[in-house]
Amino acid sequence: MALYSEKVMDHFRHPRNVGVIENADGVGEVGNPVCGDIMKIYLKIENDTVTDVKFETFGCGSAIASSSMATEMIMGKPLSEALALTNQAVTEALDGLPAHKLHCSVLAEEAVRAAVKDYYDRNGIAYDPADFPAESCAHGCEV
Amino acid sequence: MKRIYADNAATTPVSETAIREMVRCMREVYGNPSSLYEIGQQAKEELEKARAQIAACFGAQPREIIFTSGGSEADNQALRSAAALGARKGKKHIISTAFEHHAVLHTLRALQREGFEVTLLDVHENGIVTAEEVAAALRPDTCLVSVMFANNEIGTIQPVEEIGAVCRRAGVLFHTDAVQAAGHLAIDVGRMNIDLMAVSAHKFHGPKGVGILYARRGVALTPLIEGGAQERGKRAGTENVPAAAGMAAALRETCEKREETAAHLTALRDRLIEGLSRIPYAQLNGDRERRLPGNVSFCFEGIEGESLLLLLDDRGICASSGSACTSGSLDPSHVLLAIGRPHEVAHGSLRLTLGAEWDGDDVETVIREVSGVVAYLRGMSPFWRDLTTGKRPHVFEK
Repeated sequence: MALYSEKVMDHFRHPRNVGVIENADGVGEVGNPVCGDIMKIYLKIENDTVTDVKFETFGCGSAIASSSMATEMIMGKPLSEALALTNQAVTEALDGLPAHKLHCSVLAEEAVRAAVKDYYDRNGIAYDPADFPAESCAHGCEV
Repeated sequence: MKRIYADNAATTPVSETAIREMVRCMREVYGNPSSLYEIGQQAKEELEKARAQIAACFGAQPREIIFTSGGSEADNQALRSAAALGARKGKKHIISTAFEHHAVLHTLRALQREGFEVTLLDVHENGIVTAEEVAAALRPDTCLVSVMFANNEIGTIQPVEEIGAVCRRAGVLFHTDAVQAAGHLAIDVGRMNIDLMAVSAHKFHGPKGVGILYARRGVALTPLIEGGAQERGKRAGTENVPAAAGMAAALRETCEKREETAAHLTALRDRLIEGLSRIPYAQLNGDRERRLPGNVSFCFEGIEGESLLLLLDDRGICASSGSACTSGSLDPSHVLLAIGRPHEVAHGSLRLTLGAEWDGDDVETVIREVSGVVAYLRGMSPFWRDLTTGKRPHVFEK
């Protein structure tokens, strides 16, 4: 049995929406190099809708696939839907991840959230801080 | 697509000679070596022939060789035996190194819980411990020194002969995990003053699941497996005669071709190191010269090893990495950390271990594909962006 599903391998081999948005409205970065994965999400937002999204990822195959899938899932969606993206939804859309790789989908969820929060902060839009808990190292490294 | 197998430190393809010997044994010598009738005694003869051949390759006596299930079991038994001998004399201090295989490190950890003290020597940035450092760490209560012959990840060769001399002068047992070295480097247990040595067959084109523990005559072994008088009471269980015969055939063949293979691999290895060194912010792990003929280990800044391996696999190249993501643990390889690589760099490691079937075209293909994949992954890495824009500092020189 292969380590990853066909879906994961497809998104890993052909990642969607890779790159940078130079004049992004919101940018979120989570993870750190010591743990071995960093995800960065760039959002373009108009009328509370994600009109463009790009990502950059430093990490393993499932980290790259999770970022790619997450960008596909929020592209063109209202911000409320982007904020509602969960790591479970990303994992399911990828036809599952190995147990020790689930943190990659958590990072994807957190990166999207961080980008939206950045957009709110830049534009002075009020939000409930409880909706944006401090990001953790998703695999529990003591860094 | 041509497949290039670059993971010979993980395991090696089984040689035709070994396969033939194993099949012959399974067909013709099915008896139990402990049985007294003729077919049993034939099996016993096969086993003893294999033992004698293996002993000869290491300059040992046949009775100093016991068959095990592989290198891990041999390492476990070597350490347990030396610890038991030490404890009997009230000596409960063991010296080893920080970058041993887990078969050694985890056994040492278990011994620590049982009251032993363990000193793990630094292996420096070049991945080599010195005999002087071993000598300086010796104490009156030291019962064992365990230093691997060559490291499994970065391939560095330890000064085994010098360490053996230090131990012999001090009257301390010396064990070496020679799993990566056996068959590939010249080993003479007498000249090198080795008291205990672990060897695994599948690293030199033998079958998996078989190895040997060498124990110098007079070094009493503690059995890990009880239940029979096989292997002179040191390892119970009906002997795996075909595996032993396959191992002996593979070892003899590998040893016969050793110098020729080493010259071939060293030349290819050096070309590969030279080619990969042209990648910016890449660095060879371990000493440039004192390394196994077929070992190339690099760290690349700004990328993660697992994604590198997956993309190389897509291009027909089988390799390995010491990144956390490939090990299923949170930390990258303890070997890379032991030579001082920071975590963020150790995650971006790549080990390529060459085989005798390689040629110059394979080297060029690997250089081209690794360079391409590293550049591609860096292109999508925010960590690499931070390095190139100066937001985070580089670890290596360009």
